Amino acid sequence: MKSRGLFARLALVLGLVFLYVPILSMMVFSFNNSRLVTVWDAAHSPTLKWYAALLSNGQILGAAWLSIRIALISASGAVVLGTLAGMALARFGAFRGRLLLAGMTAAPIVMPEVITGLSLLLLFVATEQLIGWPKGVGAVTITLAHITFCMAYVTVVVQSRLAGFDESLEEAAMDLGARPLQVFLRITLPLILPAIGSGWLLAFTLSWDDLVITQFVAGPGSSTLPMVIFSKVRFGVTPDVNALATIMVLIVATGIAIATVWMRYQQRRRERDLQLAAAANLSEPLQS
Amino acid sequence: MARLTQAAGRRLVAGVPILWLLLLFLIPFIIVFRISFSEVRLAIPPYTPLISWRHGAPSLELYGSAYSFLFTDPLYISSYLYSLKVAAVSTLCCLCIGYPMAYAIARSGAASRPVLLMLVVLPFWTSFLLRVYAWIGLLKNTGVINNALMYLGVIHHPVALLQTDFAVYIGIVYSYLPFMILPLYANLEKHDMALLEAAADLGARPLRAFLRITLPQSFAGILAGSLLVFIPAVGEYIIPTLLGRTDQLMIGRVLSDEFFENRDWPVASAVAILILLLLVMPIMLFQRLERRQLEAVK
Repeated sequence: MKSRGLFARLALVLGLVFLYVPILSMMVFSFNNSRLVTVWDAAHSPTLKWYAALLSNGQILGAAWLSIRIALISASGAVVLGTLAGMALARFGAFRGRLLLAGMTAAPIVMPEVITGLSLLLLFVATEQLIGWPKGVGAVTITLAHITFCMAYVTVVVQSRLAGFDESLEEAAMDLGARPLQVFLRITLPLILPAIGSGWLLAFTLSWDDLVITQFVAGPGSSTLPMVIFSKVRFGVTPDVNALATIMVLIVATGIAIATVWMRYQQRRRERDLQLAAAANLSEPLQS
Repeated sequence: MARLTQAAGRRLVAGVPILWLLLLFLIPFIIVFRISFSEVRLAIPPYTPLISWRHGAPSLELYGSAYSFLFTDPLYISSYLYSLKVAAVSTLCCLCIGYPMAYAIARSGAASRPVLLMLVVLPFWTSFLLRVYAWIGLLKNTGVINNALMYLGVIHHPVALLQTDFAVYIGIVYSYLPFMILPLYANLEKHDMALLEAAADLGARPLRAFLRITLPQSFAGILAGSLLVFIPAVGEYIIPTLLGRTDQLMIGRVLSDEFFENRDWPVASAVAILILLLLVMPIMLFQRLERRQLEAVK
């Protein structure tokens, strides 16, 4: 018993080292003076010159700005559609089209991206022929594609959150005469808000990060950040990409740290409220 | 009246996402399927129409040339088989590394579990592309690993690590490891420890108890994790392009090259259909697991 526990724990430590060493090495070499990237130039390092180069690189900054705008719109669209789909799947029981909806929201998650990308581009080409829209591919088609594959993830997150609650609260509100929209806004929405929040973040990250699908549905002049990075690193390592990676890792780490602290705080407040409520109950005389 | 509006509301809630996915997910596949039966031609768009007007009457034009091309050219068959091999080996490696990790997290204290899980998931929130790129710096001839080994005197000349099968395995295992660990953890965490204690009380050695109790019980988790790694790995594009061999392409890269370099849309579509045919069974299996999981939560 003991020895196997030890083996698993060792595997866990080594596995975490495996997960973090590449990221850390990228961060370390972003401060390296040498253009050779992986040869540490001790005499002139650490340096911030790659960060300076990055911040004066108009192509990268422009692509980052485009990626941010696309990710903001895609995540918001995906959250609306994914919440609707998650509600339908978790709450409507058996309805016509349920199997179709379940299949179409689960498939994009595992579908190889080259296939999704190819099929979406062929769709846009076909609609352009048929109805003259869209006029060529670009930011709009990228956004439509991102909404489509991101909403699948939001659906799963919202659906599993809803599946964790029973419907009694919603039914009680209905029995008390609340209209469906009221029930949704006053009961369901607050309950699934954490899921919607994490779904939005997940969708934002996926959209911000996507390369393969984007490559298919992007046109000239609509290069997103991953596309610019890919064309730079395809033929080797470049130090300013290390700097970019470091900045992105730090942003994500900060965001996750803030989210964790916030959730801890919320949980502690809830626990305190529960304790207070219990104490209040005890101090009040029994009513029956 | 209220019932009527409620029914209408429900139809709207379910109808909007269904309509969206029909238009942007299902119909595109039908278009891919249909173009895979065309022939390439010099025009915009560069394939023959499905229905052409001949002597004033519509006639259906179906060509199987894209498929017969794929089945006769050894290049495609070998990249198809190579993708299967890479995906299978990587999935197995992921399982061998991910299982003990998930096991250790599931058996660790309640306080450290969320922290460990977060450590596993955290890399997933940083860019996939940049994490793959990081391995170029580690694996190349003048990279960190070769430099370290030469400094230690283990080797005297750099070993070719980049642009090998090994590099692709590393890249896939590295990128998809969280997808293996999470379903395994979700499964292992629910196991009843009393069973293991009972087995120990009855004299079963730990290894035997693991093989007879824990392993069979975690089968659903193993399957879910393996599918989540295997299916996307078959069509993987970024990892083999950045880390892999140049003399042997994976099928996802072949599709992309046919489309962008050769501008042969019918062949690219036929490749997509053949990948789908291969993955239809695993994808349906995954959907069934997913549904059962959600119903189990209920």
